[in-house]
Order: sequence, then structure tokens, then C-alpha cells
Amino acid sequence: MGNGVPATPTPPSATRNPDARPPIDKGGAAPLVRIRGLCFARGDKMVFDGVDLDIARGAVTAIMGPSGTGKTTLLKLISGQLRPQAGSIEVDGQNVHRLGRGELYALRTRMGMLFQSGALLGDLTVFENVAFPLREHARLPPSLLRRLVLMKLEAVGLRGAADLLPAQLSGGMARRVALARAIALDPMMVMYDEPFTGQDPISMGVLVSLVHQLNDAGGLSSIIVSHDVPETLGIADQVYVIAQGRVLCSGTPEQVSADPDPRVRQFLDGDPDGPVHFHYPAAPLAEDLLGAGDRRR
Amino acid sequence: MITEALARLGRSGLAALAGIGRAHLLLAGIVAGVPALLPRPRLLLAQLYNIGVLSVLIIAVSGLFVGMVLGLQGYYVLNQFGAEESLGVMVAASLVRELGPVVTALLVAGRAGSALTAEIGLMKATEQLSALEMMAVDPVRRVLTPRFFGGWISMPLLAAMFSALGVLGGWFVGVGLLGVDDGAFWSQMKAKLDFREDLVNGVIKSLVFGVVVSWIALFQGYDAVPTSAGVSRATTRSVVHSALAVLGLDFILTALMFGD
Repeated sequence: MGNGVPATPTPPSATRNPDARPPIDKGGAAPLVRIRGLCFARGDKMVFDGVDLDIARGAVTAIMGPSGTGKTTLLKLISGQLRPQAGSIEVDGQNVHRLGRGELYALRTRMGMLFQSGALLGDLTVFENVAFPLREHARLPPSLLRRLVLMKLEAVGLRGAADLLPAQLSGGMARRVALARAIALDPMMVMYDEPFTGQDPISMGVLVSLVHQLNDAGGLSSIIVSHDVPETLGIADQVYVIAQGRVLCSGTPEQVSADPDPRVRQFLDGDPDGPVHFHYPAAPLAEDLLGAGDRRR
Repeated sequence: MITEALARLGRSGLAALAGIGRAHLLLAGIVAGVPALLPRPRLLLAQLYNIGVLSVLIIAVSGLFVGMVLGLQGYYVLNQFGAEESLGVMVAASLVRELGPVVTALLVAGRAGSALTAEIGLMKATEQLSALEMMAVDPVRRVLTPRFFGGWISMPLLAAMFSALGVLGGWFVGVGLLGVDDGAFWSQMKAKLDFREDLVNGVIKSLVFGVVVSWIALFQGYDAVPTSAGVSRATTRSVVHSALAVLGLDFILTALMFGD
């Protein structure tokens, strides 16, 4: 199946707030995901404050930023699991938050998502996990379904683990199975939530390679949410760095790597202190130690 | 100070009302999943096994011992009035009308209800429910509906087993150990127990308790804070709320069914 769009990454030119503008798809095709004026808050905390962002078709787009900046939230907003307070999110020309339940589910059959934990169904084998979306949405003869599942597992190198249960898999294997499940219905796009976090170098290398290969060979569009800088910049065609509810900078990996913004530099260089402080806001240490602070502690 | 207390009370009240609203919406979603369940009976059968069959041992053993205790206590009371032949009807009526449905519901809430809550809560915490959503599969219909009806159908069957084994336990103690006449034990039971008044009302109670216990267990899991502490609290709440609901409803149902 697939989305039929050739893999023609169209890296945008570098932009920075306050003049940040959405990148232009130089390939001429409309962006696969178009976000305008996105505002989302959790309680009093503003997670996104007027974010504009485009995800190009056929490209690997990385959404990067420090922990707690709302990267996973952004994926949930794109997939319609969360509803923004303001702004719009269009996926393949459809405004996600104006769709009815049936239409949203139909759209989701064309989206794959790799969860940070893998989110495999614990009582099903590896084979049954990958077969799950096919059984739910495609009425296939058992022999064809078996072949399809084995091909997906072969693509992630785990055909031999088809009969194992998720509890018998390592973290890296679980993510690869989850990836096979995410691409089971040949979606037009795959969203990866922190795919490299907590992986050993070998597993990380395998996952990086898989993401790259699946995107190019499968004609997919990929959105990677990550704070693993070298791995993500190594495979991304376009990068957005978000923090404090806004897009700090966007562009090709080279353009973002050269960005002088101190907030971007601190994140990319991994400096412990900078615009994002090492210390959580607190009263002066002496005040706390000498007992003038909060007496409840 | 008073304003703060009032505000806290108001917030608690609103949160409780919101919870009740969410629980009812969830129940509506579960029931709406019936048409999707009918062509896939295997999903239901799996839950009948998990909730019903796996509860058989605790129900059978508990029923037997409760019946034995009833036989023992009943004999000592009835013997004082020379009415020990009525032991069979006393044991059977106590079990079919009250103890069978109520104790079965409490045991199912403790064994299967807590397991359901923990399972759904962990599925939420490990993003399995979100993954289903992302695969365009409604987790309420796919996961919760079969479990709800598995619990609902299992409850009266387990209660019947509890009562039957309880009667056998009472017979063993009364007839086997204490010398009550075997014929009197069974004949009085047959003569005095009314099908509609006793058996049907007992089954109705079990069906109501089945709805309540399954609903509370699934709602607590689905509404759990997706952390280890959150799932732990939800599991505790599931058992406590189920027990209180069963005991409260039992009083109301008894008053409606057997009151003049």
C-alpha cells in the first residue's frame, strides 16, 4: 500500500523565533502535517504557545528539545489523542480535531506510532502483536496474514522471535516488534516517541538504521521525537528544536547545529547550566538551611 | 479558614460528581460495544475463563465451609426448639437468598475484580490502551466490554455453585455428623423453598452484583492514575467500593424483594 509519495526530503531553511516561519516544502507538495497557532496547556502550565510547524512528506523530521518540553504531547496532539485549546493541526489535509470518531480512526489506520515503552500487548505473542492491526482492519486469509506478519518481522530482524511473549524480549527487541506493528498496515507516516532512549549502542544502531531504511524504502514520512542529539541529527532531513512552548529553531541538521541561540547551544552541546538552569527554582540555600524557609520539610 | 474548607468540600464534591459521570459514560461505552462483541465470542470466552473458571476454587471451598458453619450453628439453635429437621431449609434459604449472592460477589470482587482493575490500570500505565487507540481500535469495546460481560455472566453461575456446595456442606455437618434425619433435611428444603421467591430473587441479586462489581473494577482501572502508586490505589478502591456497593445494594434489594 504506502502513501505513494516518493521519498523526496525537502529540508527547510533555518528559522528562529521570534521570526520563526513555517518551512516551505520545496518539493511543491503540501506538507503532510501542518500545524498553525497551536496552543496547549496542562493546568496553569502552557506547553505550546502559538506553535507553527510543518512536517514534509517523505522526510525524516526530528522534533527535539529538553525533557518536559512537550515533545510527546505534540505527537498526541497530531494523532488526535489530545485536543488543543487553540490552533489547528492538519494531517494529509484533514483537520484532526474536527474529525468524527470514525473519520479519526480511519486516519489513524494510516498513521503508525512507536511508543517509548513499546506498548506491546502483554498477553499476545510477538506474532500476534504484529498481526493485531491486520486482524482488526484487514480481512485477510490466514496464509496471507501469516506471510505479511513474517515479512514485517523479517524487516526488523525478529522473525525468529515470533513465538515469544513481550516479557521475554529485551527493551530493544520490544521496540523493534512495536515498530513492525506500527508499519503493519503500511501507513503513510510513522511517529517515533523517543525511540533511542535507554538503548545499548548495538540496539540504538539497529533502531537508527531501521528508521532510516523504513523511511526511504517504504516511502514513509517519519516524525522522531527525541533528545538523543547525534543519533537523531544523523538521520533527520529536517529538525525542529522546541522549548518553553515555542519553536526555538528549525532547519537542516547542519543549519540547526550551527545555530547560535544559547538555548539551542545548551541543548545540543549538553551544557549542565545555561538558559535552562541546573537548579530548580528555590529560596536561597542559607535561608533553607538556617530554618527560615518552609518549616514543613 | 471556613471559606477554604468550603472550597475544598466543593472541589471534592465536584470531583466525585465528575467521577460518577465518567463511570456512567464508560458503562454506556461498554454496552455500546456489544454488537462488536457478538461476532467474536472468543473474546468473551477468554474472560469467562479468566473471571469465572479461575474463581471456581475459592468459590467452591468458601461455599463448602460457609455451608458447614451454617449447618453447625443452625443445628445448635434449631435443636433448642426441637426443630432440627428444618436445618435443610434454613441452610438453603440462607445461602440462596443472601449468602450465596453476597459472599460470591465479595469473593469475586477480591479475586477477579482486583485483578481486572490492576490489569486495566497497568495496560494504561504501559500505554497499551493508547496503542490500541493509535491502531484505530476502541479500547473500551475491545478490552473492557468482554471483561464486563465475562464478569456479569460468571457471577450468577458462581453464586449457584457457592449455594449448591454450601447446601452440601450443611448436609454433611447436619446429617453426617450431627445425626439430623436425611429425608427430613431434603424434603423440608424442597417443600419450603419457593422457586420465584427464593431462587429467582437470588439470581437477580447475583446479576445486579455482577454488573456492579465488573463496572467498578473496570472503571477504577480505566480511570487509574497511570503510575504504580495510582494502580495500587485504584485496586484498593476497586475492592472497597465493590464491597460497600454490594452490601448496600443487598439491603435495598432484600427490602424490595422480601419486604411486605
